[in-house]
Amino acid sequence: MRVTFEVNGRPVTADDVWAGESLLYVLRERLGLPGSKNACEQGECGSCTVYLDGVTVCACMVAAGQAHGRRVRTVEGLSSPGGGQRLDAVQEAFLEAGAVQCGFCTPGLLVQADDLVGRTARRGLGVPGDAEIREHLAGNLCRCTGYEAIVEAVRLAAERADAAVRGGAR
Amino acid sequence: MSETTAPASTGLPTATRDGVGASPLRPDGALKATGEFAYSSDMWTEDMLWGATLRSPHPHARLLGVDTAAALALPGVHAVLTHEDVPGEKRYGLEYADQPVLAFGKVRYKGEPVAIVAADHPETARRALDRIRVDYEVLEPVSDPLRAAFDPDCPLVHEEGSVPDDGRHRRGGNLARHQPVRTGAFAEGATVEELRARADVVVTGSYEVGMQDQAFLGPESGLAVPAEDGGVDLYVATQWLHVDQGQIAPCLGLAPDKVRLALAGVGGAFGAREDLSMQVHACLLALRARRPVKIVYNREESFLGHVHRHPARMEYEHGATGDGALLYAVARIVLDGGAYTSTTPAVVGVAASMGVGPYAIPNVRVDAYGVYTTNPPCGAMRGFGAVQACFGYESQMDALAARLGAHPVDLRVANALAQGSRVITGQRIDAPLPMAEMLLRARDAPMPPGRSALPDPADPRTLPGGVSATVLGEGVVRGVGYAVGMKNLCFSEGFDDYSTARVRLESVGGGPAVTVHTAAAEVGQGLVTVQGQIARTELGVERVTVLPADTRVGSAGSSSASRQTYMTGGAVKAACEAVRERVLALARERGPVPPGARLSLSGGAVVSASGDVLVPLAELLDGSPVEETREYHHRATRMVDPVNGQGDSHVQFGMCVHRAVVDVDVELGLVKVVEMTAVQDVGRAVHPQQLVGQIQGATAQGVGLALMEEVQVADGVIRNPSFTDYLIPTVLDTPPMRIDVLECPDPAAPYGLRGAGEPGTLSSTPAVAAAVRAATGRALTRVPIRPEDIVGLPAPRRRR
Repeated sequence: MRVTFEVNGRPVTADDVWAGESLLYVLRERLGLPGSKNACEQGECGSCTVYLDGVTVCACMVAAGQAHGRRVRTVEGLSSPGGGQRLDAVQEAFLEAGAVQCGFCTPGLLVQADDLVGRTARRGLGVPGDAEIREHLAGNLCRCTGYEAIVEAVRLAAERADAAVRGGAR
Repeated sequence: MSETTAPASTGLPTATRDGVGASPLRPDGALKATGEFAYSSDMWTEDMLWGATLRSPHPHARLLGVDTAAALALPGVHAVLTHEDVPGEKRYGLEYADQPVLAFGKVRYKGEPVAIVAADHPETARRALDRIRVDYEVLEPVSDPLRAAFDPDCPLVHEEGSVPDDGRHRRGGNLARHQPVRTGAFAEGATVEELRARADVVVTGSYEVGMQDQAFLGPESGLAVPAEDGGVDLYVATQWLHVDQGQIAPCLGLAPDKVRLALAGVGGAFGAREDLSMQVHACLLALRARRPVKIVYNREESFLGHVHRHPARMEYEHGATGDGALLYAVARIVLDGGAYTSTTPAVVGVAASMGVGPYAIPNVRVDAYGVYTTNPPCGAMRGFGAVQACFGYESQMDALAARLGAHPVDLRVANALAQGSRVITGQRIDAPLPMAEMLLRARDAPMPPGRSALPDPADPRTLPGGVSATVLGEGVVRGVGYAVGMKNLCFSEGFDDYSTARVRLESVGGGPAVTVHTAAAEVGQGLVTVQGQIARTELGVERVTVLPADTRVGSAGSSSASRQTYMTGGAVKAACEAVRERVLALARERGPVPPGARLSLSGGAVVSASGDVLVPLAELLDGSPVEETREYHHRATRMVDPVNGQGDSHVQFGMCVHRAVVDVDVELGLVKVVEMTAVQDVGRAVHPQQLVGQIQGATAQGVGLALMEEVQVADGVIRNPSFTDYLIPTVLDTPPMRIDVLECPDPAAPYGLRGAGEPGTLSSTPAVAAAVRAATGRALTRVPIRPEDIVGLPAPRRRR
C-alpha cells in the first residue's frame, strides 16, 4: 500500500508498504530517518518515541497505515521542524549534563523531555519538580546512565525555557 | 536531591583546554542527540538483504536433519544456509572454540542457531524460517547446575571432543573449571571443624544470585558487505573488533585480512557483546548471496542471542573471634555457565580470587566451579564473577555483625584490606586502597530526610509501588544497608590484553591537528572523549580527531574489565609521547632552540621551560607530519596455581562502597530505593563527568539485580524474554544518588588512574539487600528479592 503523511514539516510518501509494517519501520527503513530507535519494538522502552499529531507515541506500536494523513515529528525534527543544524535547547542540555552515553535511548527521551518542557516551562507554567520529571519519563528506559544526568538535563532545559519565557537571558 | 563531589583538576601541567581532568563534551554527542549517529542497526545500503535466524525450540536435542527446500522456493529468498554451508571452522569461541556457527549433531540450549536465511524483506525472511523443517530427537535437559557439577550420573552436555581441551581448566564431566584457593591452615590441610572449634562466632549461609541480562538497548546487529577480493566488510556493534575478526575469518575459511571490521554505533554492551552473535551469519549470507546482508535481532531474539550473567549458588561459612576479627572463611561458588564455554573459566577465576572479598582473613578455603548445563550460555557481564561473590560475602559480613552486635561498617573497617595487604591469592596490594576511609565516608554521608519530613508523606510518588499504590504507606519501614566490593581490573591470569594506538600530528590549514586511530570500541562509556583528552594533554594541541575504530590498526583489546581508559588510554599516551619526542627532535634540528634547553608542547607550539613559544607546530610540521604507532602492555600477570589458587594473577584492584536507603512496604512486599550513596576510589578522574556517569550507571544495574532483574529459566527455557517481563529499572525505580569520588593514584597506571566501570555493580546489590533486611528483619538470601520473600509467603512452586 501507499502511505502519505507529514514528517518534520515535510510531506512524505512510502510505496509498497506491507500492512504489517510499523511507523517505526517506515521511518527507519523507507524514509531514511533512523533516528527513532528499535530497542524493544514492544512499546516498553520508549526509544522510538515520536510525536503523532502532537502526542508522544511509541512508533513501534503504530501501524504504518495509522499514520496516513497525519503529522509526525521525530528526533530529527526537534531542532527546527524541517531540518537545520542547530541543536535545540533540550538537546543541548542533554549533552551538557552528560545525559548521553551510548545514546540509544536518547532520541526517544529527547522527544519525551521536549514534550514535558513544552507542557510546562515553555507555557509559563514553571519548572517541573523532580517527581514530575521522573513520572513523565517513566516510559523511557536507559541502561547506561542511572538516569541522574537525564533528570538533571531535563531540569536544566526547563529552567532555561522558564527563563526565556520570563524574558530572562537567552 | 542528589549530590556529587568529583575533583575539578588533576594538577597536570597543561595550558591546553579539554585535556586530562577536564570534562569536555563527548565528540559523538551532537550526532547522538540529533538522531544522525549511525548505530549498527541503522546500517543501510540500496541493495541489501535481511538476514534471519532459525533457532532450536529445545534446550537439548539431537539434530537429525534440516530440510531447507521449501524455504528456498519462497520468492524473495536469496539464501538458506545450515552447518553444511559453513566453509571453514564449524565452531568458534572466546576461550575455547566450542560454539557451533550453526548447530550440528546436537543442540545444547533453547535458541541455538540452526539455520539462517537472507531475503529481500525481514518479513519474507521470517516466513522462510517457518518453512524450514528440522527433525529433532529431544533429550532430557541438564538444568540443575549442582547436579551437573557434582552428580557423576548426570548426562554430559559435551561429549568427548566437543570442547577443544588445552588442558588448562577442564577436568572432564560437566565442569568448565574448578578453581580452589587455600590459605593459612587450609593450605596445610586443616579441616573446617578444626577452625570452627577455634572461633567464638560462626555464621553460615546459602545464597543465590539469579541470571541477570545486560539488557543493552541497541540490539545485536550489523551489515556484511561482500567485497570484490572475495572477502567481506562487516559493520558491527562489538566490544572487541580483533577478537571478532579472529573468530569470524576461520569460520569463513578466509585469511584474517579478507575479513575487515569497522565499528558501527554501539547501543550499550556491558559484556554481552564480547561473544559473537550475528557476525559469522551475516558474513556467510553476504558471501553466498553476493549482496550486502543486514541482521538485526529483535528483543526476544536478543535474550537468546547473547550470554548472560552466570546465576550462582553459593555456600558460605565465616568464623570470627569474639572481638570481631575474622578467623576463617569457607566458600563454595557454583556458576551456571550454560551450554557453551564463552568466558566461564575467566569468570570462575575472578569468583575464586575475589570470593571472600576485601577482608584480611588468615585461613581461607574457596572452591569456585563453572558448570556446563543446557541452560542459556552465560559469560561476561559487568562485574564478571565478582558480583555474585560480593552478594555472598557481604551478606555474611552483615550476618556476622548482627551476631556480634557490631555496626556493619565497624566490622568491615576492623577487617579491611589496605595497601600492603595480601588478597587470598597471595598477591600483595601495592597501590593505595583506602577501604576503611571509604566505608566511613559512606556511613557519614548525610542521610536523606525521613518520610515524616516529606511535604506530603501520602504522595503516592514517594511510596513503594508509586502511583499505583493502593495504600497510604501504613506498612512502610525504612532500612539502611552497606556493602563494599573489590574487582580486579584489566584482564587477569597471564592474559596480555595490550592496546595499540596510532597518533599523527600535522599542520592542517595553518594550524596543528592531531589524529588518533585505535580499534577500541566506544560502547557509550566515553572512550572517544578520553582519547582526545589524552592527546590534547600530551601534545598541547586542542584540535584532535579520533578516527572511527576499525581493524586497519592493531588490536585495542576489549571494552570490558574496566580496562579501556587504562589500556587504550595508555596506548594513546605512549604514541603521543613518541610523536612528541620526534617533534622536539625536529625542533632542535630546525628551529632556533638553545642547545640542551628543556622543551615541551603547549598551546600548539614548542615552548621552553619558562613557557616561551619557540616555534609554532604548524610552522615546524608544515609538509612533514609526524606519525607513531605504539602498543601498550600492562604489567605481566600469571595463572594461579590450579591446586591452591596462589599467584599474582591481577593487574589492579578497584573498589566501591555503597550505602542504600530504602523504604519497604512490609505488607505488600514492595521496595522503593530512596537513595544510593557510592564512594569509589578511581586513582585519577580523567573525565569527572563521564566517570560519575559510570558509577551512577553501575549503581542502577546493581539496584536492578537486587530487586527486579532476572532471566527466569525453567527446564532450560527462558520464560521472560521481553522488556515486558524482564524488568530493568525505570527512572522511577532508580533513586537519586550521591557519588563521592576519591583519587588515590596507582603509580603503575597511566596518570595514576584506576578502571572505574565495574566496581559499582558489585556493592550496589548487597547494599540494597542489606537495607531491605534491615527494614524487614528477614534473611533474604536470594537476589533479586521478590515481594513474596519480603512478606514471607512461601515461594510459589517453581519448576526447576
